[in-house]
Amino acid sequence: MFYREAGQFKTSYESDQAILSIPQDRWFVGGLLIIAYLVVPAVSNEYMLQAVLIPFLVFAMAAIGLNLLVGYAGQLSLGTGGFMAVGAYMTYKFTTAWPEMDIVVAFLLSGLCAAGVGILFGIPSLRIKGFYLAVATLAAQFFLSWMFNKVPWFFNYNPSGTITAPPRTIFGHIVTGPEATAETRYMFALILVTVFALAARNLVRGRVGRSWMAIRDMDIAAEIIGFQPYQTKLLAFAISSFYCGIAGAMTLYLWLGSVETEAFAITISFQVLFMVIIGGLGSILGSFLGAAFITLVPVLLTNAPQMVGVQMATDLQKHLEVMIFGGLIIFFLIVEPHGFARLWQIAKQKLRLWPFPY
Amino acid sequence: METLHAVFVAPWIEMWNFPVFFAEVVINGLLVGVMYSLVALGFVLIFKASGTFNFAQGVMVLFAALTLVGLMERGVPVWLALILTAVVMVVLAVVIERVMLRPLVNQEHIILFMATIGLSFFLEGFGELLWGSNVKRLDIGISEDVVEWKGILLSEFDIWAAVTGAIMVAVLAVFFHKTPIGRALRAVADDHQAALSVGIPLKHIWIIVWSVAGLVALVAGIMWGGKSGVQFSLSLIAFKALPVLILGGFTSIPGAIVGGLIIGVGEKIAEIYWGPLIGGAIENWFAYILAMVFLLFRPQGLFGERIIERV
Repeated sequence: MFYREAGQFKTSYESDQAILSIPQDRWFVGGLLIIAYLVVPAVSNEYMLQAVLIPFLVFAMAAIGLNLLVGYAGQLSLGTGGFMAVGAYMTYKFTTAWPEMDIVVAFLLSGLCAAGVGILFGIPSLRIKGFYLAVATLAAQFFLSWMFNKVPWFFNYNPSGTITAPPRTIFGHIVTGPEATAETRYMFALILVTVFALAARNLVRGRVGRSWMAIRDMDIAAEIIGFQPYQTKLLAFAISSFYCGIAGAMTLYLWLGSVETEAFAITISFQVLFMVIIGGLGSILGSFLGAAFITLVPVLLTNAPQMVGVQMATDLQKHLEVMIFGGLIIFFLIVEPHGFARLWQIAKQKLRLWPFPY
Repeated sequence: METLHAVFVAPWIEMWNFPVFFAEVVINGLLVGVMYSLVALGFVLIFKASGTFNFAQGVMVLFAALTLVGLMERGVPVWLALILTAVVMVVLAVVIERVMLRPLVNQEHIILFMATIGLSFFLEGFGELLWGSNVKRLDIGISEDVVEWKGILLSEFDIWAAVTGAIMVAVLAVFFHKTPIGRALRAVADDHQAALSVGIPLKHIWIIVWSVAGLVALVAGIMWGGKSGVQFSLSLIAFKALPVLILGGFTSIPGAIVGGLIIGVGEKIAEIYWGPLIGGAIENWFAYILAMVFLLFRPQGLFGERIIERV
C-alpha cells in the first residue's frame, strides 16, 4: 500500500542478494536506526531507558542467540540463563584480573568462554533430541547456577556473593559502573545489538544457516547428502551460547550493574524461550519482536492501573499480572503459533494488495 | 593423591563401615524417590495420552494443595474438602480442554509445550489470587512420628506416602492396560487421527486424561504439602520430576516409579557421601547429571518406547 515492489529491477547479483534490496526498505530501516541512535536517547527519560529500552536490547541479544539454536538449528535448549551467567561472570573475572583490558575485548573473550561451555553442554544433542535434549540443557542451567553460587573464585571471594561491574571507558566515555549514564549504556548496548544482529542475519542467510536448517528439518536426510551433524549442531550451540554470553555480560555491565546468581535462574531461560516462540522461530526480526513484547507487557501491566486511575493492592496486582501474562501467552499461541514475525509477513502481504483482498 | 582417595575410595569404606546408616540413607532415598514419582506420574499420563509435555503439572500440584487447604481452613471437613477439590480438578480439566487444547489440535509439540507453560503462569497467579500466597500447613491426620525398624529411623509419613504411591501406580497400571478407556488413551497417544478415525472421541479422552492427571496432582500435593507446607516452591518439584521422567521414559508408568526410586537413592547417596567434598547442595543438579548419563546409553529411558525415525 505504501510502495510497490513490482517494477523495481536489479541489475547485479549483489543488489539482488542484499538484505534490504528495495530502496524503500532501506529508507525505512535507516530511519529506524536514526531514530534509535539519535532521537531515542535524547527524548527518553531515565526510567524508559533503564526499565524498558536497555532490557529490551539485552533480551533481544539473548533471543537472537536462542533463536539461532532453537529456530534455525532445531535444538531445544533451556540453558540460556546458565550461558548468560557464564558470560557475566567471565567478563567480571577478565575485567578484575586485567584492569587495563578493553571492555569490548573482555565481552568478546567471555562470549568465547560461553561458547566453549555451550559446546560442552551441547554434546548430548548428538544422541538425544526434542524434550529429552531440553531436559539435558536444564542440567546445564542448574549446574551452572550452582557452580557460580558455590565456587567462590567466580565472585572473587566476596562474602556477599554478588558481583559488581567496575567502571570502564570507551574512547573516554564511561560506559559501565555506577557513574555511567543511562544514555551511554544504551548507546553501547545498541551498537552491540546492531552489529551482532547484522552478523546473525548474514550467518543464517549463508552456508552455515542453511546447514542448520537442513539439520532442523530432516537431520537424517541432511546427513545423507553430506551435512555433518556433529559439527553443525555443536557450531549452533557454540554460536548461540556466544550470543547468550554477550547478553549476560550486557546484563551485568549495562543493565543491572550488580548481579547475584538468582538473576540468571531458570525463569530467564523460560522468558527468552517465550520471546523466541512468540516472536517467531527461525526469524531474526521475530527475536526483536518477541523481546519487545515480553519486555513491554510486564511494564504495561504494572503501570496500567495507575494510568487508568484504579488503585489496587500490590499483591492483587502482582497475581493479576502473572495471570494475564500466562493468558496472553496462550492467546498468542492460539492466534498465531508461528509468532509475530509471521503476523508481520501476513500484514505486509495484505498491504501489498490493499485495498483489494487478493 | 589424597583427593583421589577421598573421591574414589573413602565413601565406599564409609558405606561398608556403617551399614545401618547406609541402609537408612538408601531407604530414605527410596521413600523420597516415591514422592518424586508421584509427581512424575502426572507428566507421564498426559504425555502418554496427548504427546504433550505438561509443564503445568507442578503448578497443578500446588493448585490442588492450595484448594484443599483453603477449603479446610474455611471449616470444611477433610473428607468433603477432598471430594470438592477432586471436583475442582475435573472442572479445571474441562476448561483446559475447551480453552487451550481444542484450538491447538494438531500443532507442533513445542507449541503445546509453550501453551502449558503459559497455563502454569496462569494457574499460579489464579491459585494465589483465590487462596492467598502465604505458607499453609496441611494436616490430614497422618502422623509424622519417627519409627524405628532394625536400627533404622524412618518417618511414618514417608511410609504412608510410599504406600499411597504404590497403590496409585497399581491402580493406574490396571486402568491403562485392562479397561477400554485405558486402551483408548493409548490409541490417542499413538496417533490422534487414527484414533479419531476409529471413533474414539478425542475431546472426552483429553478431559479424562487431564482429570486423572489432576487427581494424581492432588495426591502428590497432599503428600508434598503435608511434608513441607503448601507454598509456591511446591511447583518447583516439577523440575525434580524431569530427571525421573528421562530415566524411566516419558511414556511409561512403571518407568516413573523405577526412575523415581533410582533418582531418589542416587541423589541421597551422592549428597551424603560425595556432597561434602564439593561444597554440598549438589542435590539440585545431581539428578540431572545422572539422567544425562543414562540418556547417553539409552536415549529413550529405561522403559520408554524406542524412538523410530523415518526419513
